Amino acid sequence: MSTTTAVETTVAETRRETSRRTLVQAVRDAMAEAMRRDPSVLVMGEDVGPNGGVFRATEGLYEEFGPERVIDTPLAESGIVGTAIGMAMTGWRPVVEIQFMGFVYPAINQILAHAARMRNRTRGRFGVPMVIRMPYGGGIHAPEHHSESYEALFVHSPGIKVVVPSTPADAKGLLLEAIFDDDPVLFLEPKRIYRSSRDEVPEGSHRVPIGPARLARKGRDVTLIAWGAMVPQALAAAELLARDGVEAEVLDLRTLDPMDRGAIVESVGRTGRAVVVHEAPRQAGVGAEISALIMERCLLQLLAPVRRVTGFDTVMPLARMERLYLPHRDRIVAAVRETLEF
Amino acid sequence: MPVMTIHEAVTRRLEVLAPDGTVDEALMPQLDREQVETMHRWMLLGRTLDAKAITLQRQGRMGTWASLRGQEAVQVGAVAAMEDDDWLIPAFREHVAMIVRGVPGETLLAYWAGDERGSAFPPGTRVFPVPVPVGSQFPHAAGVGMSLRMRGEQAVAVAFIGDGSTSEGDFHEGMNFAGVFRANTVFIVQNNQWAISVPLSRQTASETLAQRAWGYGFPGIQVDGNDVFAVYAACRGAFERARTGGGPTLIEAVTYRMGDHTTADDASRYRDPEEVASWAQRDPLDRLRRFMEGRGWWDDTRQAAAETAAAEVVEEMVARMMAMEPQPPREIFGHMFARMPEYLEEQASELEREVER
Ligand SMILES: Cc1ncc(C[n+]2csc(CCOP(=O)(O)OP(=O)(O)O)c2C)c(N)n1
Ligand SMILES: [Mg+2]
Repeated sequence: MSTTTAVETTVAETRRETSRRTLVQAVRDAMAEAMRRDPSVLVMGEDVGPNGGVFRATEGLYEEFGPERVIDTPLAESGIVGTAIGMAMTGWRPVVEIQFMGFVYPAINQILAHAARMRNRTRGRFGVPMVIRMPYGGGIHAPEHHSESYEALFVHSPGIKVVVPSTPADAKGLLLEAIFDDDPVLFLEPKRIYRSSRDEVPEGSHRVPIGPARLARKGRDVTLIAWGAMVPQALAAAELLARDGVEAEVLDLRTLDPMDRGAIVESVGRTGRAVVVHEAPRQAGVGAEISALIMERCLLQLLAPVRRVTGFDTVMPLARMERLYLPHRDRIVAAVRETLEF
Repeated sequence: MPVMTIHEAVTRRLEVLAPDGTVDEALMPQLDREQVETMHRWMLLGRTLDAKAITLQRQGRMGTWASLRGQEAVQVGAVAAMEDDDWLIPAFREHVAMIVRGVPGETLLAYWAGDERGSAFPPGTRVFPVPVPVGSQFPHAAGVGMSLRMRGEQAVAVAFIGDGSTSEGDFHEGMNFAGVFRANTVFIVQNNQWAISVPLSRQTASETLAQRAWGYGFPGIQVDGNDVFAVYAACRGAFERARTGGGPTLIEAVTYRMGDHTTADDASRYRDPEEVASWAQRDPLDRLRRFMEGRGWWDDTRQAAAETAAAEVVEEMVARMMAMEPQPPREIFGHMFARMPEYLEEQASELEREVER
């Protein structure tokens, strides 16, 4: 059985200038960098042009690259993804923006029936080198359908990679990697932490490989496994637990498909306890997959059952009650204590 | 073999009320003074509510709000032409239409303030809830129209959509079903020229949205959407046709979104202020007021009284919305299914225990 260790920190390939960027700025920088390097990269979506995207993720791209490469499309998600597939199969590398994850449903037919299957269908003749970016998750007091976290739909579906950064540096590095990947990548952006912190992000072509998890905090007593906007919550929980002498390790998965199984197995094998945190609903969520993996590969090292701290199996509540829905530090701490007291 | 013309369609535009307040008497629908004053009152209510909601949003007492300013005539002209048994299937900007059709103002405000009870309309209200995924309401509207027809009800399903949303597949699928099944449905596009920052020229290469109807086998007509009489007249005719089994109609109302897309948007990033200013000249409320003044029905005193009355109505709505007790946490789970399954019961209790702690 092979195990790998999660990459401890995000390191630039070479020592290089950095600048302090938010996550959403890092996303923007990645697209700008890719477009400068490769004329086949283009951006498509609703309001991505002069408006710079509703979250400003494409700010300045229209001015720099013009309307031929930064394309405001008609308001039609199926049309956007479908045309991007056609373009991707004929030489372009489209980076598509879906305005919110809750609006991807019309495009699911194109994503799952075509983007995810084209390579297999054509026995490798055609790939679909496309990125589908979308802000996901709750916590910004938005209207209905603006807070969805349905990554499991796509992780479940074969043929499409699913990437979820939680830091500005990873957002840039992973997005660049996704754009130059030869297969379709769903790139989920945790909008709740789009601007919550600034990091030193390497200038230029910073790449973070798709696949390896990031060891966000070392610990020996329990492994917290999280991604996206739940990583800061897990880190906050670890901080609180440390005051009582509980050392929680925090794994930021970064990529949900392909998942870094080795890093999970290695960490849980050491700590003997695992708490998976995701804001998506619990039932058949990605946490269930992780929990099954741990069962299959770490059973004899386990000191307690795997716990899941997740959203509920309900519709995400509207703004006034969303706070009650979203997993948070204290819920994670409580779950960790249960595994410790098991 | 000759080349034959096998299809020709003409799409017309209807205008009744000019910006200076004069009307084309030949086209003017039958409306008495009381009816016209009611239309004005509703339009003013829409405008007043809109301004208040934006203020509340800035104060942090309201969630994201989608402004209807500039589009009052489309909504009011349409609902004024509806009968009691008709159904309204709104998009998300039809605040005043929803209120006139029976949604209490405080309920509507609660929805935009982020409270689920904002979509729990009083029993019997023939209004669908706000559909956030744009365009998705069109197939529903076709279905309601099919339902009315199959049951022999002399009623019509009136559906709204924005210009940008006509690009979604659902717009086309809904219209196609309505055409095939001769549904009692009338589709109204509020063409306010913009879909957030994207102009209409990016949504279609056709000259009008109205002409798209012909491809589904029923007529389309364009109206001046800032002319409440033109909207009313077109709706009256189309609703009557639909109620009596004549099939659907598409009405394109050309208007303008005077405000930002929502309170989360800044239209100055992508819109020419001159364009906005030129549309201000065509304001639907000013126009109707001039008409009423021309008839000798209206003056500054009446206007001031009407504004005060509208403000009072809105203040009462806001007060009732603010007085709503918060929902208990269990309500997150209570309406997923007709009967709550055990696993949700467990999760609800889990949350309740956490909240008590
Ligand atoms: C399926 C879907 N995609 C994207 C959005 C985000 N969105 C909300 S309103 C809007 C523009 C709608 O434009 P239009 O149909 O012209 O209506 P208007 O806002 O002008 O009333 C967009 C893109 C959405 N709500 N649903
Ligand atoms: Mg519009």
